[in-house]
Amino acid sequence: MNDRIQNAFKNGKAFIGFLTGGDPSIEKSEEFILEMVRAGADLIEIGIPFSDPIAEGPVIQKADIRALNDGATVDKIFASAARIRQKADVPLVFLTYLNPVFRCGYGNFFRRCAEAGVDGVIIPDLPFEEQGEARAAGAKTGVDLISLVAPTSAERIRAIAKAAKGFVYVVSSMGVTGVRSRFETDVAALVRAVKAETSVPAAVGFGVSAPDQAAALAVHADGVIVGSAIVRLVEQYGANAGPYIYDYVKKMKQALRR
Amino acid sequence: MKKGYFGKFGGQFIPETLMNELLSLEAGYERCKRDPSFRAELGALLKNYAGRPSTLYYADKMTRDLGGAKIYLKREDLNHTGSHKINNVLGQALLAKRLGKTRLIAETGAGQHGVATATAAALLGLDCEIFMGKEDTERQALNVYRMELLGAKVHAVTSGTMTLKDAVNETMREWTGRVSDTHYALGSVMGPHPFPTIVRDFQSVIGKEARAQILKAEGKLPAAVIACVGGGSNAMGVFYRFIRDKSVRLIGCEAAGRGVDTAFHAATIAKGETGVFHGMKSYFCQNADGQIAPVYSISAGLDYPGIGPEHAHLYDSGRAEYVPVTDEQAVSAFEYLARTEGIIPAIESAHAVAHARELAPRLPRSESVIICLSGRGDKDVAGIARYRGKDLVEG
Repeated sequence: MNDRIQNAFKNGKAFIGFLTGGDPSIEKSEEFILEMVRAGADLIEIGIPFSDPIAEGPVIQKADIRALNDGATVDKIFASAARIRQKADVPLVFLTYLNPVFRCGYGNFFRRCAEAGVDGVIIPDLPFEEQGEARAAGAKTGVDLISLVAPTSAERIRAIAKAAKGFVYVVSSMGVTGVRSRFETDVAALVRAVKAETSVPAAVGFGVSAPDQAAALAVHADGVIVGSAIVRLVEQYGANAGPYIYDYVKKMKQALRR
Repeated sequence: MKKGYFGKFGGQFIPETLMNELLSLEAGYERCKRDPSFRAELGALLKNYAGRPSTLYYADKMTRDLGGAKIYLKREDLNHTGSHKINNVLGQALLAKRLGKTRLIAETGAGQHGVATATAAALLGLDCEIFMGKEDTERQALNVYRMELLGAKVHAVTSGTMTLKDAVNETMREWTGRVSDTHYALGSVMGPHPFPTIVRDFQSVIGKEARAQILKAEGKLPAAVIACVGGGSNAMGVFYRFIRDKSVRLIGCEAAGRGVDTAFHAATIAKGETGVFHGMKSYFCQNADGQIAPVYSISAGLDYPGIGPEHAHLYDSGRAEYVPVTDEQAVSAFEYLARTEGIIPAIESAHAVAHARELAPRLPRSESVIICLSGRGDKDVAGIARYRGKDLVEG
């Protein structure tokens, strides 16, 4: 189990912020990530941009296109993560679709994560039954393969939670990523079902954007994950998004401290 | 072999949100497959509604013109809705109803699968929404209107390359948001398990009929079975019952667009690498980072960067061969079949006709080849005219 990830959940409810690596450029996404850390983010998710992100809504789809059009590559994202690691001790987790990992080779990809100081990997299109090779590569390198639990998971939660490493990513809603004004799912029950099976922390993501939402979810969960609401600031302010991201993360972290 | 795999290809690489849905689809399909009432209901629809069995037509003029093996055309173009797609869609729509679903969603490239899905939905009283790349809605405008006539809502997909791949992305996203009342009627032998198996089973009626028909006509098996391949459903359907007949060559024709040495093709086997995308491990056109490559073909139905996992396995094991066919060869075959036999094939199917024109003369007259004529070409007439420099005003 990765120590940095464990520590992220030791100081109250964790705020987990997501950005697509290389959006709008490698230099800028690096700067934005350090702004999130400065504003109090407890864990950073870096998206490796993918041509066809089937679990993402329009906001993150567009971010991936911006990053790829600017020339982001897997090599550049690894190098960027390594530079961030030099400057901050915050846990870093990659969010990537499987094909870039598969092309790299599971063993090679996880080894490169360990070398760059990346602590975990989330692969939204790699369900439990297909995780064998990734889990083995994770165990060998000390890089956690982080699993997702969805509103439809039902009895699958048991097996997923029991094998969980790092934290369990609790998907709050049906559908793809993106800001939502309300949740149809009984997130509290979902988190309880996860916690009944594992002592690994549970963080809720998909659709979270407002401070009140985050505070309400954190009553049940150990942390909240915010992606599209942050990426939207990059979409809106481009290279000048830094201060807006700082203010937003600060506000969200404060809401979680209440 | 691992469940849902064909050799090392296949699997279920899909977000967790859809996993239980796929597991219950698999269980429901296994149940229906063995249920005599399901089989009887599907059999009756295929016969009375779709018009099966389709004929195996001996193309005498084409045979004499090419001067080699006898050419037989498996006439899937004569099915209701004009292509093989109806075979799969009637099966999946019945299955969806039995699973308690009230709504069908589907991707479409050329529009053939979308039209077939909209048709089955109209017949069986299901709601229907079709996702189609914006570029394809423009090059296949007639099919968009056909779907709307049939009561379906057509979404023009504006993400990515705005073609078939993006239509699949968007249909998967839609399904992730709404599984309780919705079945994704996937149109090809691709995607996560159990789709490649379900679609192959429903399409295998093509080869089952063709095998019996050729034995009756010729008294022996054909030298080769030829079909076009995008995702590969008509090819898998016509190949499947011939796999054990080792003497029969199985030949899939991929879209080579402007040539496999250009950046404008969709030749997955010729130019792709192993990868994982759209729920399956298979061959994909992609770059060194695993980003899916933009692909190109004159044929919207073959304009796809991957291929079904069972085809990947048939290729890997050496049982089937896959050949690239360019736009120019396909258009020329389209025109050739029209003039020679009075049959206007879909531009997709014309890729198979093109290869048969090369292969048949090299085989003895005592042999035969079957071409799967997967669809009819009415939808392509304006596009081919454009390709030849004539701008037709439709309607």
